[in-house]
Amino acid sequence: MAITDSTSHPDDLLLETAPLVRRRWFRLTVVFAFLLVTGAIRLPIELELNKEHRAAFFHGANLNLGLRERIGQMSFLAALSGFRSVIADALFIRAHVDWTHTQWGNMLFLYNNVTALQPRNIMFWDTAAWQMAYNASAYYLNDPHEPRMALRLKRQHEYFLIGADILKRGIQNNPDHFKLYESLGMVYRDKLFDHYNASLVFSKAAQFPDSPTYEVRFAAYELSHSPGHEREAYDELVRLYKMGQKEWLPTLLQRIDDLQVQLNIPAAQRINIPENQLPPHH
Amino acid sequence: MTPTSTLYADAPSTHVFFSPARIWAIATNTLLDLVRQKVFYFLLIFALLSIGTSPFMSDFSFQDQFQVLKDVSLGAMSIFTWLMSVLATAMLLPKDIEDRTLYTILAKPVPRFEYLLGKWLGIILLLFVSLVLMSVIFSITLYCRQEYALADTMRYYANAPADLRQAQLKSITDATFTMSLIPGILIIFVTGSIFSSLTLLISTFASSMIFTIMVSVACTFIGYLQGIARDVWLNAATTGALTRSFLALVALAFPDLQLFNLVDDIVAGNSISFILFAKTAALGGLYTCIYLLAAYFIFAAKEL
Repeated sequence: MAITDSTSHPDDLLLETAPLVRRRWFRLTVVFAFLLVTGAIRLPIELELNKEHRAAFFHGANLNLGLRERIGQMSFLAALSGFRSVIADALFIRAHVDWTHTQWGNMLFLYNNVTALQPRNIMFWDTAAWQMAYNASAYYLNDPHEPRMALRLKRQHEYFLIGADILKRGIQNNPDHFKLYESLGMVYRDKLFDHYNASLVFSKAAQFPDSPTYEVRFAAYELSHSPGHEREAYDELVRLYKMGQKEWLPTLLQRIDDLQVQLNIPAAQRINIPENQLPPHH
Repeated sequence: MTPTSTLYADAPSTHVFFSPARIWAIATNTLLDLVRQKVFYFLLIFALLSIGTSPFMSDFSFQDQFQVLKDVSLGAMSIFTWLMSVLATAMLLPKDIEDRTLYTILAKPVPRFEYLLGKWLGIILLLFVSLVLMSVIFSITLYCRQEYALADTMRYYANAPADLRQAQLKSITDATFTMSLIPGILIIFVTGSIFSSLTLLISTFASSMIFTIMVSVACTFIGYLQGIARDVWLNAATTGALTRSFLALVALAFPDLQLFNLVDDIVAGNSISFILFAKTAALGGLYTCIYLLAAYFIFAAKEL
């Protein structure tokens, strides 16, 4: 313990403490050098681990200056410091509030930020696309401020495309999950009436081992509506039909029945579908 | 030789150089001391955050609700762990010096490294207990919400095709408990141990508690940006020599905390392999050992 005499001269005190200060600074310098040396040793480990994290889809958020300007400095700092998901949630909830005020432009802006912060969150992409392709498009079709139908239809179509675009970007960031393929298929099927592309993305969704079994049927149904692909679709539907009764759903039977007529399948080769198994409106 | 030393010269020495029992005693006392300071009251706020989000989210789909709940809960776990590790560690040495406990302990045959290790271990115990308690609150809240959502979905899809109903139910269970949540929480603990060892290192040479906290917080932010500094240092050929030297210092002296920022992606649905988790945790252990060694080196020669 450093004991100093209260009666000693200040210069004596300086002389006494000088070696202590020097020793302290020496120790700090040694520690800093130690940190640098161990830093050089761990550098290749950090680089390798960083590479492995990226290969496993970690740290995929694009935290650039554009995002910093859009979400503000504090949010950007928080996002950098490991609270990306919380900031993304806050923006997501704000977008939800904007939905109640039908502020579609704001919502798109917020959803773009949310998906930039959390690109691996499928739900954010899916919700953003659903809001644009289904809700915003419906709003602009019935826009009370736009009397011209042609313009209303044009804007509606633009929002279909925005929804599809969000899903395509979502798939680029999440190519390992079926959900966004399924949602894109639905936008193609229900909004853009692009049955062939709908069939392609439903087929992609069906390739994932954890995808629901209906993806295969959806792909076949859409193919059956694609001009020039009827025969291909018929073969696929028959293949599904032969898989057993669990696949004999009303729409499948309906499509087989329709295609048999359309393709002039010989009566002997046709699948005989009882009338009572077809949907009521048949 | 004094008469006293002659008297005890032949007595067998019972003092051992390294005693886990002594370290454990210091650690448990540190934990007890922290518990007496009512640090666990933060759990009330955590529970409020976990459970209290429900009324605000009744308009959202179940998947959205689960997502927000997981984000908020794990985000709160990260924040509380960080705060506790920095604040509790920053006050360890100043408080012991102020209370004179430090002199009482070191006057006994307790080596300084045992004292330091014991104190740090006390903080680690605190972080562990806190994370376990937060995980329990989080799990109970998530489980209750999941059961409610499953019952509601079963009711809604009662007449739907079986595979569609199963897909809906699966989408709910997939959105709640996933195995990846466990390594996610463990990584928060590993990060907490890095923060506490780093803060301990700073407090060994700091002149005040405020200084320790400020420097530790600054180091945390720099740590999250270390990866960017390293990439620019290693890859940007156009950067000047001075800038590159500065970036090299940042990259070598500070930890890369982004490597431990896995919770954001795990909550989003990313799964983490055991190997990758083990490597990340091992790197966290390496950082902790480096900072503890450096802390001991300074503390061993500290004038008290």
